[in-house]
Amino acid sequence: MADQQGTDGMTITLNGRQTAVSGHDSLPLLHVLREVLGLKGTRFGCGQGTCGACTVIVDGQAVTSCDLPLEAVRGRRIETVECLTAAGAAHPLAEAVLACQAAQCGYCLPGILMAAKALLDREPDASDARIREALDDNLCRCGAHLRILRAVRLAGETMTAAKDR
Amino acid sequence: MTGLSIPLPLKAAPYISDWIRFGPGRTVEILTGRVELGQGNLTALAQMTADELGLAPDDIGIISGNTALTPNEGYTAGSMSVSMGGMALRFAASAARVLILREASLKLNAVYRSLSVRGGGVLENGRQTDLDLRDIAVDLDFAVPVMDYAAPLGPEWHKLSSPTLPRRDLPDRIFGTPFIHDFAPDGMVHGRILHPPALGTVLRSLDLKALAARPGVIDVFRDGSVVGILAESFAAVTAATDWAANRTDWSVPDFPQSGSLRDLLARAAGVETVVHETGEVPDKDANAVEVTASRAYLSHGAIGPSAAMAVWRGGRLRIWSHSQGVFQLRNAVARVLGLDIGDISIEHAPGAGCYGHNGADDAAFDAALLARHAPGKPVKVIWSRLDEFRVAPLGAAMMTSARAHLDETGTLTSADVLVTSPPHANRPDMAGAANLVTATRLSSPVPLAQSADLPLPQGGADRNAVPAYTIPNLRVAKKLVHDLPYRTSSLRGLGAHLNIFTIEMLMEKCAAMTGEDPAAFRLRHLEDPRARAAIEAVMSEGKALREDLEPGTEGCGLGFGRYKNAGAYAAVLARIKVDESVSVSHVHAVVDTGEVVNRDGALNQIEGGILQAMSWTLKEEVKLAGPLVATETWLDYPILKFSEVPEVSVSLIDRPDVPPLGCAEAMQGPVAAAIGSALFNALGIQVCDLPLTRDRIMAAALA
Repeated sequence: MADQQGTDGMTITLNGRQTAVSGHDSLPLLHVLREVLGLKGTRFGCGQGTCGACTVIVDGQAVTSCDLPLEAVRGRRIETVECLTAAGAAHPLAEAVLACQAAQCGYCLPGILMAAKALLDREPDASDARIREALDDNLCRCGAHLRILRAVRLAGETMTAAKDR
Repeated sequence: MTGLSIPLPLKAAPYISDWIRFGPGRTVEILTGRVELGQGNLTALAQMTADELGLAPDDIGIISGNTALTPNEGYTAGSMSVSMGGMALRFAASAARVLILREASLKLNAVYRSLSVRGGGVLENGRQTDLDLRDIAVDLDFAVPVMDYAAPLGPEWHKLSSPTLPRRDLPDRIFGTPFIHDFAPDGMVHGRILHPPALGTVLRSLDLKALAARPGVIDVFRDGSVVGILAESFAAVTAATDWAANRTDWSVPDFPQSGSLRDLLARAAGVETVVHETGEVPDKDANAVEVTASRAYLSHGAIGPSAAMAVWRGGRLRIWSHSQGVFQLRNAVARVLGLDIGDISIEHAPGAGCYGHNGADDAAFDAALLARHAPGKPVKVIWSRLDEFRVAPLGAAMMTSARAHLDETGTLTSADVLVTSPPHANRPDMAGAANLVTATRLSSPVPLAQSADLPLPQGGADRNAVPAYTIPNLRVAKKLVHDLPYRTSSLRGLGAHLNIFTIEMLMEKCAAMTGEDPAAFRLRHLEDPRARAAIEAVMSEGKALREDLEPGTEGCGLGFGRYKNAGAYAAVLARIKVDESVSVSHVHAVVDTGEVVNRDGALNQIEGGILQAMSWTLKEEVKLAGPLVATETWLDYPILKFSEVPEVSVSLIDRPDVPPLGCAEAMQGPVAAAIGSALFNALGIQVCDLPLTRDRIMAAALA
């Protein structure tokens, strides 16, 4: 692609692993994840940063990845939904979301779970109001909100208990 | 068998082998025309089949929505997966069991009636034999009519599988990559059709050569007013399409528009047709109680845009689509492209949430058209968010008025209902029409059909326009309007959302005039014991919602409806607070959907229906500008957010001895009505133009 600059030797920490990215500076992180690195758990929703389906965690903060150029995450620590089910034990959020059957079509969930993880990593005992606030930029059209809130609270309780042990 | 009413899908697919197949290695697969749209129906279908065969649901494989393999059950729509598709499978599985046990009785030299099935094994007088029903089945011929052998088990045998069995598709939907958006077979390319800003638009000019030279573009083509773009990546096709959109000269038809949505609908040409009439309805007079309500055009608004993949190979077209009706889509595509239906196969594959006739079929046709220009290569199409708002069919705007007369005892003597609306059904293959938006702009165009809507009893615009209440003199009329430039089709509940809202506002108004409790007034006009039970239950269970209301700002209201007057009963209480806008603090619902196959699945559908109906009723409105849909992004179309979600409680009245009714669409009208009633309760005024935004409430308060 003639009008895009190649990214030379760029690395990111992706789900705990140093990863070299042979993408393009101005390509949104979402496209790099899905099309270049083959991590397709993160969803394309609107391409405008307005629905939250593509939410990932960058250095502990939940951000939309469809409007985030790759160059902005050079050297950063990135977590995607795949980190919840990586080898070893499933993350409490992954267990809770299935235990609560907290979805209908499931398309919005990866983004919502990343927004929730960013919160629970900081505040595992976050109140219901804090959880709602953290998820407020993520849209769900099927109306699974109540189950999602229940699942995030449940995961938070599990994480709090683990911390206290 | 006699005395059993035949599930409708068995008429078109009468044989056991149409529905179930047994293979080597003890495999059992069901074949269903119903498709999983995120509603959990396939989990319930597996349970219904498993119970009849004494197997675990996990033992049952599912092939769904495949034109080459499954029965054609029409569209997966209307909350009928369990009540129709599930009953067909239950009957077919029971017939298979009968044949298997007959064979087993010969093998065991045992009395047929002493045999049963459990855990795959054949039991004699409750004791395990060494026969597995699947080993017997694999050698039997099931190309025999289901109804010759069907003997569905009684309710005591249902739900041997857990009534809260988790959804079988859910882990993959959340943590996997099952969506068409995720497909990436070898050699796949990315395609988009450049969609114009409005229906009836003609392409004047676009520099195709310059477009073809954009980064990553493989090929472009023009056919009439259709421009197709093929590119090597999703990013490239997106960028090229955006580039083209900003440089295309379109000729957009003129449509002067002014005034309110009510004016728009009232002025539109249409013929008023009486669709239901009993007794004699008096003319309007000073004693009449009247309500007129309206709703705006609504967007389906799935979080993932419509997507499809298609490939042409050796003159044959293969399509993957999240359509609700793969057979109907196949017929429509064949008609437009001049193909034999035998040369097209379509398989259902997951998309984002589906609430009716969205852009799925159009995206599939776009992919087919693009694939024709790249033979041998799979072409994937993912629409833009703009296409979702502007190109996909909308839920129809409507206006419904209802007028009633009461006698001196405060009893309803008559009601006159008029529904004014664009059609709610314009699906592919309906009445032989293609109804594919890109086909309307080809050099040999195939226009969208003028839809006749759906007739009662299920109804389209007039769905639930016939009040569920006892009213001796009743007239219901429908005025379909066709000359509005916005594309409409089926969205969850169709006319039921506004019609139930209108009728319930009328009941509230009548109750207020007679000074009676609104629930008591409704009960006085209801004979159906199941309807009465639902309302009585919601009033007693939801007592706390009605207590300690702050006068002037807080209110609690009731909404009731029976979906299509034949499906699930839903009684809803909503407690609201009015300040800057309406906020709902608590919703309690009582739902009677007959036999409940999967309790958690039903609750999930009902909860989702409640929240989506709240969102429509309080917030949603597609913006119009002349002939254009002016809504372009989520910022123009706010939907319910996490911070706005109320406490929700749901009670199911389980009736294991009566047929399942389907519940997915039952909430839209009753929830809207409960919120409208609560607002009336809080402010003493009725606000009847949806959505119930602050501006509309202020306007009504000042009127």
